Amino acid sequence: MDYILEGLSAALRLLFNLNPEIREIALLSIMVSTSSTLIASLLGIPLGFVVAHYDFQGKGIIITILNTLLSLPTVVVGLLVFSFISNQGPLGNLELLYTPLGIIMGQTILALPIVVTLSLNVIKESEDKIIDTALSLGASKKQAMILLFKEVRFGILGAVITAYGRVIGEVGLSMMVGGNIRRVTRTLTTAIAMETSKGEFGFGLALGIILMTIALAINLVLHYFQEVRT
Amino acid sequence: MRTKKMAILVMVMVVVTVVAQTQVSEAGLLDIFRGDDGEEVERLILATTTSTENSGLLEQLIPAFEEKYSYRVDVVAVGTGRALQHGRDGDADVLMVHAKPAELRFVENGYGVNRKEIMYNDFVILGPKNDPANIKGTTDALEAFRTIAEEEATFISRGDNSGTNKKELGIWEEAGIDPSGEWYQETGQGMGSSITIADQKDAYILSDRGTYIAFRDKIDLEIVSEGDEVFYNLYGVIAVNSDKHPDVNFEGAQAFIDYLVSEKAQKIIRDYKMDGERLFNPLKL
Repeated sequence: MDYILEGLSAALRLLFNLNPEIREIALLSIMVSTSSTLIASLLGIPLGFVVAHYDFQGKGIIITILNTLLSLPTVVVGLLVFSFISNQGPLGNLELLYTPLGIIMGQTILALPIVVTLSLNVIKESEDKIIDTALSLGASKKQAMILLFKEVRFGILGAVITAYGRVIGEVGLSMMVGGNIRRVTRTLTTAIAMETSKGEFGFGLALGIILMTIALAINLVLHYFQEVRT
Repeated sequence: MRTKKMAILVMVMVVVTVVAQTQVSEAGLLDIFRGDDGEEVERLILATTTSTENSGLLEQLIPAFEEKYSYRVDVVAVGTGRALQHGRDGDADVLMVHAKPAELRFVENGYGVNRKEIMYNDFVILGPKNDPANIKGTTDALEAFRTIAEEEATFISRGDNSGTNKKELGIWEEAGIDPSGEWYQETGQGMGSSITIADQKDAYILSDRGTYIAFRDKIDLEIVSEGDEVFYNLYGVIAVNSDKHPDVNFEGAQAFIDYLVSEKAQKIIRDYKMDGERLFNPLKL
């Protein structure tokens, strides 16, 4: 019980005093997660469209693989990225280990299957209906496509929100690839893990509350865009 | 019209990233992403154990070094086993660890050079207040471990190849016991998490004194055995060999080692206290 009260009051104090180190940590978290979600979206949405729209051999297998990747543990992706960007790895000379760029790379890999599968599903669901209707009403193929995009963009935004939630809350990968280096790669989640291991449960909880507050704010913004029509 | 909204959203995300970046530091975006802060300083990666970082000592030691030399020390806190692995892979420039036999092997195999012993503290056995194995006050570590095994009192092991774990396994071996059974439980986690688990389970555990002092107010466990020679906990620092990994910051590592054995750093170690107790004892004063 003590920890919970201690955490709440510590969170309020940290938020109001704007402790510069905490602010840096929070901003780095936002920066890294936003970048990786953005990259994953730019790659994943077109990819989802291609897989949904075109018929080709092995499509079923690709969808199954993508769905399986959804349950990829963050620490496995961390291990994978680590072994690629470690000095011994094939990308070793890029010196990405223990940098925010390395974390972004890993988080993009985490977010990508989410963006692809979820946008693929929404496109697949409404594709036949909308395109058939549009074509039968005399629209050109191009017009039908534009209509489809307009219809599915809210579902796709939902995919982006889900991906964002996955990356801002993950700790395994950031810890492994980033190394939780103070003022360089320490994010909210790795800081929480560290404070917990130091026995500073109240402080850890306080950071957790800050993380939730950020997630809430970001979701409110995204939902504004998603529901602006209704 | 709606696509415009999407474009705005993408722009908002980009702006958030850039604004967040300017708040973090005045360096360029790419610099931050690459882990530079844009100043003309070289990066020195120190792989060390969680106990040294969690103790807060490094935050006292490093600023004076960074002021004097143009290096920025990036601390990666992992267990001793992983820190040595980082050294073997060339993923760190300098190591501060506590497992002398493994360190010597590391140097012998050519992975590290210029190993220096900088400080020591000691391990203690923690146990529940009611002391089910009845070992309170035993100064003989082997005796204490044997009794725990005979009584099959719950014992929490780190099980993570850390320096503390290596020490614990060494004591079992010396006591002639192969610990196994329901009473012997491995957490695979750091010192702090493992102490918390031992506390919840009313179990015995081997801990370094520093972490115990940091946790003392939060747990019911207390010291049941201390003072044996085998509890000696020696911290060494090693530069990663640039013959094996030409990319490592060897000059920085040498400078850091020279600094750690200097009078200035040794005095910082001597004077560093938590709850009024000294955590590490300097070896070069």
